[in-house]
Amino acid sequence: MAAKPVLYYFDGRGKMESVRWLLAAAGVEFEEVFLETREQYEKLLQSGVLMFQQVPMVEIDGMKLVQTRAILNYIAGKYNLYGKDLKERALIDMYVGGTDDLMGFLLSFPFLSAEDKVKQCAFVVQKATSRYFPAYEKVLKDHGQDFLVGNRLSWADIHLLEAILMLEEKKSDALSGFPLLQAFKKRISSIPTIKKFLAPGSKRKPISDDKYVETVRRVLRMYYDVKPN
Amino acid sequence: MSGKPRLTYINGRGRMESIRWLLAAAGVEFEEVFLQTREQLLKLGQDGSLLFQQVPMVEIDGMKLVQTRAILNYIAGKYNLYGKDLKERALIDMYVEGLADLYELIMMNVVQPADKKEEHLANALDKAANRYFPVFEKVLKDHGHDFLVGNKLSRADVSLLETILMVEEFKSDALAKFPLLQSFKARMSNIPNIKKFLQPGSPRKPPLQEKDIPSLLAIFS
Repeated sequence: MAAKPVLYYFDGRGKMESVRWLLAAAGVEFEEVFLETREQYEKLLQSGVLMFQQVPMVEIDGMKLVQTRAILNYIAGKYNLYGKDLKERALIDMYVGGTDDLMGFLLSFPFLSAEDKVKQCAFVVQKATSRYFPAYEKVLKDHGQDFLVGNRLSWADIHLLEAILMLEEKKSDALSGFPLLQAFKKRISSIPTIKKFLAPGSKRKPISDDKYVETVRRVLRMYYDVKPN
Repeated sequence: MSGKPRLTYINGRGRMESIRWLLAAAGVEFEEVFLQTREQLLKLGQDGSLLFQQVPMVEIDGMKLVQTRAILNYIAGKYNLYGKDLKERALIDMYVEGLADLYELIMMNVVQPADKKEEHLANALDKAANRYFPVFEKVLKDHGHDFLVGNKLSRADVSLLETILMVEEFKSDALAKFPLLQSFKARMSNIPNIKKFLQPGSPRKPPLQEKDIPSLLAIFS
């Protein structure tokens, strides 16, 4: 009987959300421990389970993995979502790198002032529609297949869907002008494990609100003065 | 026309330096194209060579790879510097990502406003001394091996050496409290491919000079 992975993070998206997406898409059930108090965090720090004193941390297969990329790489590899060889992995890594950069611009968003949120929103939408979405639209156009790499579902597809939905939360017609991405979005969203993750009651987290911001600041004693890009 | 990998970046460390290190450690010769103007970068973006209109870009095995991690992952995998299985890879990834955070923190010092530079550097050096170096000292202590993972050279060792040397450029006695890291550094620096890379005349790039910053910002912003 294999134990379920346990995710240690805040009750919100942040850097853990991509991990939730990937596990869910792979059909892997997981448990979560939410950081709520400074005391809890200090206890975790003292217990030595956070290699660099940071979360995300995921207990999986006897390991206490930290560093979001290390966690995602491991899950993708374990559940066959990382391509069939080094070259496919390189493509997946490139594509995930792009969506990671794009979603990275939104990580600070909840912590910004109302005025800065407007600026950051415009910045992210501009990057998405002029740099990132055109790149993925072209990948799909060039090979005409349903998935980004190797004609089968991979981490790159899951990560791109996550990014698309996040952008659409900021600008509902973000995909206008990208017909293949629109079809891609529908297709990937209807994959059973992903459809389930997108339905209410799943472990998917909502857009971060003020309560989330307060909790992170209280627990980490950081991020009081975050600037936009 | 050689089959050597070709690196496209500015003539400086930045995000390409860890790639130079890894190729050198693997004993792989490479060529470099240095961008000098913003126009050159834009032109490359327009002709489809840069997936996200950004460098680093490395032409290798018929691919035009961008995204530093994708490039490093590919090279590490190809040259057997990425562990023997998923679990070793996970350890390597954790170590490498932690070191990349430290490297990035230090790299960002040059773009801090003048009145914040000193504080920022002090924070980075504090992190090196209290968050990062202790972890690697403990890893080496716990297993007693010469290398961080799997008792053989991996990209994690290369990354650690690179980072140690960079921190020492700012604080020459950064390893004072870390005896195992000191012997690690000596050992790693003696590996023939790495020793060669550390000598003058190699593709290793010098630290960024203040005077070069304006021209770099002009290319990238």
